[in-house]
Amino acid sequence: MTAERLSDPLQATASIGSAPQSDPWRGFTGQRWRDIIDVRDFIQDNYTPYTGGADFLRDATARTRSLWSRLTAMFPRERELGVYDIDVTTPSRITSHPPGYIDREDEIIVGLQTDAPLKRAMFPNGGWRVVEASLAAYGREPDPKIREIFTTYRKTHNDGVFDAYTPRVKAARHSHLITGLPDAYGRGRIIGDYRRVALYGVARLVAAKHAERTALDDAPISEDLIRDREELAEQIRALGDLVEMAAGYGFDVTRPATTATEAVQWLYFAYLAATKDQNGAAMSLGRSSTFLDVYLQRDLTEGTLDEGAAQELVDDLVIKLRIIRFLRSPEYDALFSGDPTWVTESLGGIGEDGRPLVTKTSFRFLQTLYNLGPAPEPNLTIFWSPSLPEPFKRFCAQVSIDSSSIQYENDDLMRPAWGDDTAIACCVSPMRVGKQMQFFGARANLAKTLLYAINGGRDEITGAVVAPGFEPVTGDVLDHDDVVARLLAMMTWLVQTYVEALVTIHYMHDKYAYERLEMALHDYAPQRTLAAGIAGLSVAADSLSAIRDAQVTVIRDESGLVVDYRVDGEYPAYGNHDDRADGIARWLVETFMAKLATQPTYRGAVHTQSVLTITSNVVYGKNTGNTPDGRRAGAPFAPGANPMNGRDRHGIVASALSVASLPFDSAADGISLTSTVTPNGLGHHSEERVAHLVGVLDGYTDAGGFHMNVNVLDRATLVAAMEHPEDYPSLTIRVSGYAVNFVRLTREQQLDVISRTFHGSL
Amino acid sequence: MITRSPTHVPAVNAPGTGVIYSWDTSIGVDGPGTRFVVFTSGCSLRCVFCDNPESWHRSGGHTVTVTEVMTELARYERFIAVAGGGLTVTGGEALSQPDFVAELMHAAHERGIHTALDTSGYLGDDASDDLLHDVDLVLLDIKSWDPETYHRVTKRELAPTLRFARRLADLGRPTWLRFVLVPGWTDEPANVDGVAAFAASLGNIERVDVLPFHRMALGKYRALGITYPTADVEPPSPELIQRVQDQFRSHGLVTY
Repeated sequence: MTAERLSDPLQATASIGSAPQSDPWRGFTGQRWRDIIDVRDFIQDNYTPYTGGADFLRDATARTRSLWSRLTAMFPRERELGVYDIDVTTPSRITSHPPGYIDREDEIIVGLQTDAPLKRAMFPNGGWRVVEASLAAYGREPDPKIREIFTTYRKTHNDGVFDAYTPRVKAARHSHLITGLPDAYGRGRIIGDYRRVALYGVARLVAAKHAERTALDDAPISEDLIRDREELAEQIRALGDLVEMAAGYGFDVTRPATTATEAVQWLYFAYLAATKDQNGAAMSLGRSSTFLDVYLQRDLTEGTLDEGAAQELVDDLVIKLRIIRFLRSPEYDALFSGDPTWVTESLGGIGEDGRPLVTKTSFRFLQTLYNLGPAPEPNLTIFWSPSLPEPFKRFCAQVSIDSSSIQYENDDLMRPAWGDDTAIACCVSPMRVGKQMQFFGARANLAKTLLYAINGGRDEITGAVVAPGFEPVTGDVLDHDDVVARLLAMMTWLVQTYVEALVTIHYMHDKYAYERLEMALHDYAPQRTLAAGIAGLSVAADSLSAIRDAQVTVIRDESGLVVDYRVDGEYPAYGNHDDRADGIARWLVETFMAKLATQPTYRGAVHTQSVLTITSNVVYGKNTGNTPDGRRAGAPFAPGANPMNGRDRHGIVASALSVASLPFDSAADGISLTSTVTPNGLGHHSEERVAHLVGVLDGYTDAGGFHMNVNVLDRATLVAAMEHPEDYPSLTIRVSGYAVNFVRLTREQQLDVISRTFHGSL
Repeated sequence: MITRSPTHVPAVNAPGTGVIYSWDTSIGVDGPGTRFVVFTSGCSLRCVFCDNPESWHRSGGHTVTVTEVMTELARYERFIAVAGGGLTVTGGEALSQPDFVAELMHAAHERGIHTALDTSGYLGDDASDDLLHDVDLVLLDIKSWDPETYHRVTKRELAPTLRFARRLADLGRPTWLRFVLVPGWTDEPANVDGVAAFAASLGNIERVDVLPFHRMALGKYRALGITYPTADVEPPSPELIQRVQDQFRSHGLVTY
């Protein structure tokens, strides 16, 4: 960054901007998107829906295979050491590193996060302690000068948060009642509209940002306005950095892309700059395929590209997306295992006018799972609707059966709520691209909250008082109404503490680790959500069911702390499409949401919640004592909104319908279901399995189910992969909301996955 | 909601009732599409490879009314309509309760739900033409062709099953034949060939499913404290499965 730009961001405009070489918009129709920044309008005016099948797809070229094999040869070392390499001297910025290549001659799309593939960078703005802990985990030391800067001269997000946390937040955090808070790492779940760079070029985007800023010139001064003006200045500066970064690779992104290759390259540069600017927990890509299809289609029509080259471009982009890396701490890995980056790309869906948003490029993205083999990233997410074109549905199902690498979200729920240019951030969080962002809030442990209600705010493991001012249950047999009343009171305390933490975190994140580039690719004043979450839903629901319909007797230790439960009799369990239990789960979701909505917020964000755990269900379980449903202390929770393992006894459909009955209105940030079915549990032969999986996805979506991960796997395969990881380097499975390489999970998490219900076996 | 009844299971079904031990939802294994599967209690066969030993005795089940089953099924009707599928009655031996099964099939048919009956055919004589009229698809398990092998595998005679199969053919009922391939028990080439030739002669066999033996029921046998005669039998090799499938195919049968 130059001194001039630092002193006056407005000058950035003058330094960028050059005339395009040929008309970048030749052949495009429509007007509105020309007048204002509106990518959705451009897509609607120019895309070509595709209702055919997958026959047109091409295999990877020899070049693609050779490039990919260079990287796959590096993966074993990375898997063994945890990281391939780390740059310990240069904290990441958009322009921090010189251009990096995998193989300059062989790459069509270029750009790396650092100067070499798989080399990870430090992002100290989130928190210096985490950087040091992460380096220490891999036996590395930071450059002393960098340490001095971030411990002496420059405060970080993490420092700010802990300056402001209240004692009750610290206590709830320490006891694992609230876990995974983004108070020491980048919050993520913000999607820049990377398409804008390709369509408009950066010069036009900078001009638009200036206009947004100028419009505030006469507004009455306030803290909010000062922050907005500073942020806009930072956004403009970040766009300048993007131009500088791309120039290093020999490209002028001030002008719009003129070809498909440029469109892919421009979009990737924008995304790459975001990943150099910010180590967000989830760095999602958005909804790119149908946008890019317009460019690919134009080049195909103009005869400058053939199908093999079109696929090659998509393959090359996906290769780049597969090697996005962040330096993360062991604590982070314990929560979110397998080194995920959530480069989520949303595919398919139906437009508001009823036309499918499926294009040939939607197929091309899926084809990468064949051309490059199964992989967890990018996190390919199908926006499913029963009215999608049948050939596309069948291809998706085939890809699921073959790779277990993709996930599904209900387009018919999202479209009415957020429109047809919505994308998923992370796992299940829908947001309008470039118009909406969220303040990610991790999750609260609902099962533990129930135990606190029973123990009057004392932790069932340590005995410490975490929530003061509550009385424990008296008597030996738990009374349902009494426990519910105590739970309601404890939830009230919890949401207050939880939202207090979230507001603190996001205030500090904006202050110390603002996502300059991602927010530069948003409209001014985007809609914001404050996204809370709950873990342990099925444990809490089953516990309340047991207390009501069986007899649950408490077992106390010598200090009077309830540490265990005896369950006499049977109780209906969540996950069997039985309203007696599913109704409790619904009540918990609705009640928690209603309580959240009464809390303060930050920057006008709307409260939402998700029912999602990612792989943290194992850690949540580890930190939770015995529960009244009969679950033993330390045993993993079910992931996301899943029923407890083995308690869903009536098959995949009953289980899915229980989850589908959870009210989306009260969990608008997503409800996650992970289903595993054996190949034979879907049918006797390939064609039949495809048809049946399509049917299940149609039925689940029709029933209002929000999200489904589909794994088609034999338990024996997973056991074999656990014993012989070297034989299964690319075995990919869906866990709650994302995919992982199975062999990169901890053994504990592998065992958890293996113990889950496999529908189709006995 | 179907709930477990604590009352004693009567020896004979009262009108409009039956004895079942479970219901389930499955995909692709109990007929086409997503199936609501009702497992009746009681079976007179004792197949050495039985997956469901808990279904042998009527006393192990609980009484339900046809209305109760239909109420539960109704909760899946929409899903089944969207996904494709229907109702499958299996067991145990479904035809050990022919009146109950007939009423259930009829009630489902009235609502336009696809119906499938999974049976060994051993009690086929007890199935009325009316019952079969309400069945869209029969999943017929012919455990072996050689009468001695059949007896060794099931402890019962083969003849009633063949009689039932011919009757289904005469009535023109669409039928899928299911053949459980158990190495050392049912895999003799002549035994397989006999089933295949017979099936091909019927004219109503739409497809054959060769079901490879597996030992996933081992835990159930242990829990019930009964001997599992095929506990030591290895599942068939891919080569053996292929050979048996090819035998069926050589008779012109669509085989999976």
